[in-house]
Amino acid sequence: MTSIAKPKIVHPGLKRNALGLTTRDYEGSMSTLCAGCGHDSITAAIVQAFFELDIAPHAVAKMSGIGCSSKTPAYFLSASHGFNAVHGRMPSIATGANAANRGLYLLGVSGDGDSLSIGVGQFMHALRRNLDMVYIIENNGVYGLTKGQFSASADVGSKAKRGEVNKQPPIDPVQVALALGGTFVARSFSGDKDQLVPLIKAGVRHRGFALIDVLSPCVTFNDHEDSTKSYAHAREFNHPVIDADFVMPAEEIRAAYDEGDVLPVVLHDGSRVLLRKVDKDFKIGSRADTIEYLSTHQRDGEIVTGLLYVNEGEPDLHEVNGTTATPLSQVPYDALCPGADALAALQKRFR
Amino acid sequence: MGVPVSGKNFFPSNIQGLPTWYEIRVNGEGYVGRSGAVDVMVAMNSATYARDLAEVSPGGVLIYDSTWPRDLELARRDIEILGVPLARMCNEHFKSARTRILMKNMAYVGALAALLALDRKVIEQLVAETFKSKQALIESNLEAIELGFKYASEHFECPLPTRVEPLDKTRGHIMIDGNTAAALGCVYAGATVGAWYPITPSTSLMDAFKGFCERFRKDPKTGEKLYCIVQAEDELAAIGIVLGASWNGARAFTPTSGPGLSLMNEFLGFAYYAELPAVVFDVQRVGPSTGMPTRTQQADILSAAFASHGDTKHVLLFPSDPRECFELAIQAFDLAERLQTPVIVLSDLDIGMNDWMCKDLEWDPAYRPDRGKVLSAEQLEGIGAFHRYVDVDGDGIPYRTLPGVHPKGAYFVRGSGHNQLGLYTEDSVEYQQVVDRLTKKWRTAAQLVPKPIVRRAAKTAKWGLIGVGSSEGAIREALDRLAPSGIQVDYCRIRAYPFGDEVAEFVEQHQRIFVVEQNRDAQLKSLLTIELGCAPERLHSILQYGGLPIDCRCVVETLEQAAARGEAA
Repeated sequence: MTSIAKPKIVHPGLKRNALGLTTRDYEGSMSTLCAGCGHDSITAAIVQAFFELDIAPHAVAKMSGIGCSSKTPAYFLSASHGFNAVHGRMPSIATGANAANRGLYLLGVSGDGDSLSIGVGQFMHALRRNLDMVYIIENNGVYGLTKGQFSASADVGSKAKRGEVNKQPPIDPVQVALALGGTFVARSFSGDKDQLVPLIKAGVRHRGFALIDVLSPCVTFNDHEDSTKSYAHAREFNHPVIDADFVMPAEEIRAAYDEGDVLPVVLHDGSRVLLRKVDKDFKIGSRADTIEYLSTHQRDGEIVTGLLYVNEGEPDLHEVNGTTATPLSQVPYDALCPGADALAALQKRFR
Repeated sequence: MGVPVSGKNFFPSNIQGLPTWYEIRVNGEGYVGRSGAVDVMVAMNSATYARDLAEVSPGGVLIYDSTWPRDLELARRDIEILGVPLARMCNEHFKSARTRILMKNMAYVGALAALLALDRKVIEQLVAETFKSKQALIESNLEAIELGFKYASEHFECPLPTRVEPLDKTRGHIMIDGNTAAALGCVYAGATVGAWYPITPSTSLMDAFKGFCERFRKDPKTGEKLYCIVQAEDELAAIGIVLGASWNGARAFTPTSGPGLSLMNEFLGFAYYAELPAVVFDVQRVGPSTGMPTRTQQADILSAAFASHGDTKHVLLFPSDPRECFELAIQAFDLAERLQTPVIVLSDLDIGMNDWMCKDLEWDPAYRPDRGKVLSAEQLEGIGAFHRYVDVDGDGIPYRTLPGVHPKGAYFVRGSGHNQLGLYTEDSVEYQQVVDRLTKKWRTAAQLVPKPIVRRAAKTAKWGLIGVGSSEGAIREALDRLAPSGIQVDYCRIRAYPFGDEVAEFVEQHQRIFVVEQNRDAQLKSLLTIELGCAPERLHSILQYGGLPIDCRCVVETLEQAAARGEAA
């Protein structure tokens, strides 16, 4: 993760958010990924989303595992605490961080190798705990750092740069999330920032585990003909079914929508997501229907994108546990130690 | 009755059905180790009768259920064999099939009470306490005790020459197992996050922590918890959760055993290099591999000391009994945060799961956790810039910050090469600067960890003996037994790794050093040789590693033989 610091020049006309910060305050060092890498577009979307959410960068913890995608936290939110964990183990770091400090915004960035192979167990269990975090998978179907091996998300029939054809069925994180009771399940494409930014914002405000699987082409190893994770393929087969318009708590909903096509979802902090149908056949709000829809359309090669499922009513890790509202790391020691008398009383039991 | 006792449960790795043994050490001196002798055996299981019979020491007593005839070949002339028709008496006295079976165990307690002159009032009181919510059970249990007592009194000369006399030697002592005590230590240390994956023999540590937290850490009105226990998907996640929590400033720990520690290796190396606190309890069991999960060993010493790839070493603490599990648990958190590194507490199954008699646990109300060098928002506000891995104080320990506290505190925790500013590097000089500082920190650790406990022999001794952990009881007893015959040995009980100057001096002071440990490969001896650079031929191993807690005989015999060969100078 070689880092080249970006020169900090702020144009006086640059827009400022409610904290008086510009987008430059949400950026990181220069990316060292390949020119044209989908991951860099996702980085830009993250910068914009956090800027627009008026969240202080140091209130965010950005975490990743190992791989090209996991390098990206160096390229955004330079004033946030970062944690570059071992391969595939970022979800457990996030679990511990959340257990200790529930006041922190958690953003995990992972890849298809990190989350669907070596870390598939931790990914599933973080989902299952409904850990309060945003979890972005920068999905390119290939191992970049080790030069082009198929990952577990590679589609059957997809051809590697060296000509090998993948014959094993892919693991689809969206289907996994739906099956495991995921409470916020989205798919997007790195080339569609208009779709991605509101998804990230809604994911941050969602109370629970927000999975955003982002198709993010690898220009070096997986952007050729016969790859199903290339820019050309993604543009041709991208099938947005449902858009999510994110509305801040104090904001008014301005646009007019046809009734029946829009489902407003009120998030934990009072902000809202307006789920807007793009495909009339898609039924909003049903886990079973979503699974069915995805299965049918993906069989036809379509890449179904949008905020595919959201359920704000499920308890997160702390609600299940019944933890006190104060972050545990801030509870004073006096409240934690039972004291000498309690120890003496307790030992009567051991005589 | 005021008599020092300790109990050891020998059980196989299964749910139910296989034979188990419970061994009670009773002695006026308060030795807690195994003596290696069996004075009184109660053989309740026909499947193990032959073995039980063989294990009784000459002059000892065997009590068995004489309801059914014994195989005549199974006899011994050098011990006293007493038959009590336990099953028959219970079948005649009790109605339900289940009661008949269960009450055999109480009937033999009655027989033992008569034979060993146990105070029946004490037994009755214990029965009443145990079944205080089930009055009917108190009655049936007392009846069963009466059956056995009466039979023994009528048929044998009671009490036996081997009997129990009341003493006043248990005042100020408790009976507690090490896992319970360690869990209590975690509560008193202020740990709020516990992560674990169930594994024998460490499971009862988290069970106990949960129990204590329910009692002490739950708001009685709202039910809100001041703790968060996560049962992880595996040990790889358990240690990850600990690191995520300690990165955020909570005291966090995970209990595990050998196989779990193996799985934690990658993250332990990460924590060593990224300098994150963590407390791991390794309640050791028999390896290699799955080994014997319900048997004890001290065989994770090397794998814990060097857990993970690359130049990595970890601070280890070695409690010798439950009381030390409590005390060292608290010190483990202090050291982990002071040194910003994992601390592994190496307990074992014998300490963790067996009841030991030890002095009352004490609490100093003045205790405050040592949170180490953590910069507050105010401190960060006052400095120009924060650099994570700079050795500001010259002790090898840098300053750290917690997420969310202050914009100036932000840095990247990473396992990849980093320079002292915390930035990624592949530069040799910058890389070495950081890892060399870690060596400096290691030297600081050697000053901070608990010192060894040295017991000098009555006369000047040329022999020294080194041991760790649960070998303590057996070693002390062995040295006491040897002293009258003129074998003088100084004893150094190591309580931590890095060893520190005191251990090095102890080795220097003696011509010959015996190292007692419960593993095959003399791991502690290897570690001493590596760390102290002393000549391996000066260190002699005394090893017991069959899976049962060490008894004093192996120490006594080795030293007697060495003395007989004239090796004592």
